[in-house]
Amino acid sequence: MIRELFYILIFPGLLFVSIFSLVAEFVDRKIYARLQNRIGPPWFQTFADFVKLLGKEDVVPTAANRRMFGVAPLFALTSAVTVFLYIPLWSTESLFSFNGDIIMILYLLTVPTLAFFIGGWYSTSLYARIGSVRGVTQLFAYEVPLFMSILAATLLANTWSLSEVVVFYTTHPWYSLFNIPGFCISLIAFLGKLEKTPFDIPDAETEIVAGAFTEYSGRLLAILKLTINVEMVVGSVLFAAVFFPFGLTLGPVLGFIVFMFEVLAVVALLSLLRTVVARLRIDQMINFCWKFLVPVAFVQLLLNLIMKGILLR
Amino acid sequence: MHDSDKFKIPMGPQHPALKEPEGFSVALKGEKIMGVDIRLGYNHRGIEKACEERSYIQDLYLIERVCGICSHSHSTCFVQAVEEIAGISVPKRALYIRTLVAELERVHSHLLWLGVAGHEIGFDTLLMYTWRDREIVMDILAMLTGNRVNYGINIIGGVRRDIAPEQARDILKGVDTLEERTKYYIEVASEETTLIKRLSGVGVLFYDDALRLDAVGPTARASGINRDVRRDDPYAAYSEIKFDVITDMHCDVYGRTLVRVKELMEAYKIIRQCIKNMPDGPILVKAPRKIPVGEAISRYEAPRGEDVHYVKSNGGEKPDRVKIRAPTLANVQAVKCMLKDRYLADMPIVIAAIDPCFSCTDRLVAVRNAHSSNEKILSWEALRKYGIDWHKAHGIDLALVSDNFRKRMEC
Repeated sequence: MIRELFYILIFPGLLFVSIFSLVAEFVDRKIYARLQNRIGPPWFQTFADFVKLLGKEDVVPTAANRRMFGVAPLFALTSAVTVFLYIPLWSTESLFSFNGDIIMILYLLTVPTLAFFIGGWYSTSLYARIGSVRGVTQLFAYEVPLFMSILAATLLANTWSLSEVVVFYTTHPWYSLFNIPGFCISLIAFLGKLEKTPFDIPDAETEIVAGAFTEYSGRLLAILKLTINVEMVVGSVLFAAVFFPFGLTLGPVLGFIVFMFEVLAVVALLSLLRTVVARLRIDQMINFCWKFLVPVAFVQLLLNLIMKGILLR
Repeated sequence: MHDSDKFKIPMGPQHPALKEPEGFSVALKGEKIMGVDIRLGYNHRGIEKACEERSYIQDLYLIERVCGICSHSHSTCFVQAVEEIAGISVPKRALYIRTLVAELERVHSHLLWLGVAGHEIGFDTLLMYTWRDREIVMDILAMLTGNRVNYGINIIGGVRRDIAPEQARDILKGVDTLEERTKYYIEVASEETTLIKRLSGVGVLFYDDALRLDAVGPTARASGINRDVRRDDPYAAYSEIKFDVITDMHCDVYGRTLVRVKELMEAYKIIRQCIKNMPDGPILVKAPRKIPVGEAISRYEAPRGEDVHYVKSNGGEKPDRVKIRAPTLANVQAVKCMLKDRYLADMPIVIAAIDPCFSCTDRLVAVRNAHSSNEKILSWEALRKYGIDWHKAHGIDLALVSDNFRKRMEC
């Protein structure tokens, strides 16, 4: 019982994820700033921001549905943090591994977006409503290529369990080269989930203020911001585990450190991507996802099917 | 929202996309814009009236503060009108210095615009880069005039500061760097896919519409209207300087971007010519304190378009009437036409593409009905009394407040 609580609340659960996600946000912001020729924040800035927001007053609009408005951020954070219990971090085996956990991880990653939608919708602000509708519209576009490219990698490993995928790619490291197109697609599609440029359409500042988060303040806003960071970390860990899990065989301590650096490398790639582009319009974004990302994901799927037939006979 | 599928959302007077207060009320159907209502007047400062109460020299500094970005444009425009009434012929060297500062100002204004445009479409990297480079020209302006924005270099009859040869060298050096960077931005604007996707085909304003709605400056030139006061009605030293008027046939925001970026290259050309051909001689002639009776209209090609000032003198120390028409007033009408059948996401960039400066634009125009009996003109004292009475009627007595304050301070 105490062990389970330790897993859930401290490591690798809430506390560790929160701290690590704030570190990842710092890395993201620093790289973004340096690429833009700015100095960027000091290392404690993300922690200071978080603590400051926690100390601020929570303002709930009178017209908003109080319960839904308050519950949505918690729901989002919980589901994002839960994912961490199912991802291998220091060895090839995750804490609670079962066959099919990768499907559950992907679905848990979808929950925050839906929670943002609910929170934004029930805050009754016009900007928030437009933002939340945009968020869900976007969901249907990036989710398909994201799932397809990750599942293509698991297809080659011939399993639905993340731990077994990790074992497969650490024993056959060269096979992960086949997944490079899938990795690129999932990185791009994941920017849509994180609502970052070029897919920051749901919280486009110059159009709809802060999108679904417009009415949020204080603790609830802190939780929402943390959720986005946790999503970024969880996604990066997932990508690292599926596409290049090579550090995990080096033993618990070294493996953990190497793996965390791999995760931060994915975060760095994400910030590089968002530096070099402008925000797309929602129609352009959906066109791009369906006309470009999905076909490439299909090719990846096909490639992996053929490879599986040839290599693993 | 529940009963119909039509949203009406406010963009402004306070909104992240707008740098100054300005009201846009957008009727939306899904993401599509069905109609836009524009409301000006959130930043009326009564500058024209204030000008009538001050001397010509004081007005010069007041007028410079009409706009934070094109401050030199407004002050030059005003000073030209006054000089025309007074019949002062300004020394050549002063005219060249005015031209030089004007073009440096154009460079800083266009670089600022490029950054703002980048920010409006979520391309913050462009914002950071252009504003970093803008520092070069800001430093040059600070070196020349002592100030980064309100230069205070104009005075009736000439300019206040001369340019030393070392300063000229520094300017040329800065301009070389800027030219290199601008070439890079031209490359970015013509190659970066997401940028082109967001800009081309957005905010279309065809030649006929631009003429009909009286667009000016880069907005008009991007719709193919070949019009530039610097060439058509040369002022300062422009008649002796060779430059091209940039036009573009894209008719959209992309065209406006290209026009502005290419105008930057022309500005560098003009700056180099100014420094090369600058004649020696005095920079100032003495102007009388009292300006003779007369009136004049002065035109000036500000970075945002044609700026018009009207000055009327009754022979005293103070002008009888000053009228300012900032370029944004001419362009803001076109926004409605540009936004027709567009998406909400295009709104910020379309508004930004005219390079609006709403605070400069705010002038009060009252359309009075001659037959109505409700109209009356109040004197200054009567207006003051009306204001005090109005506040008293609403329970605010400012005299009491200040009394209380004094008592509390004495305790």
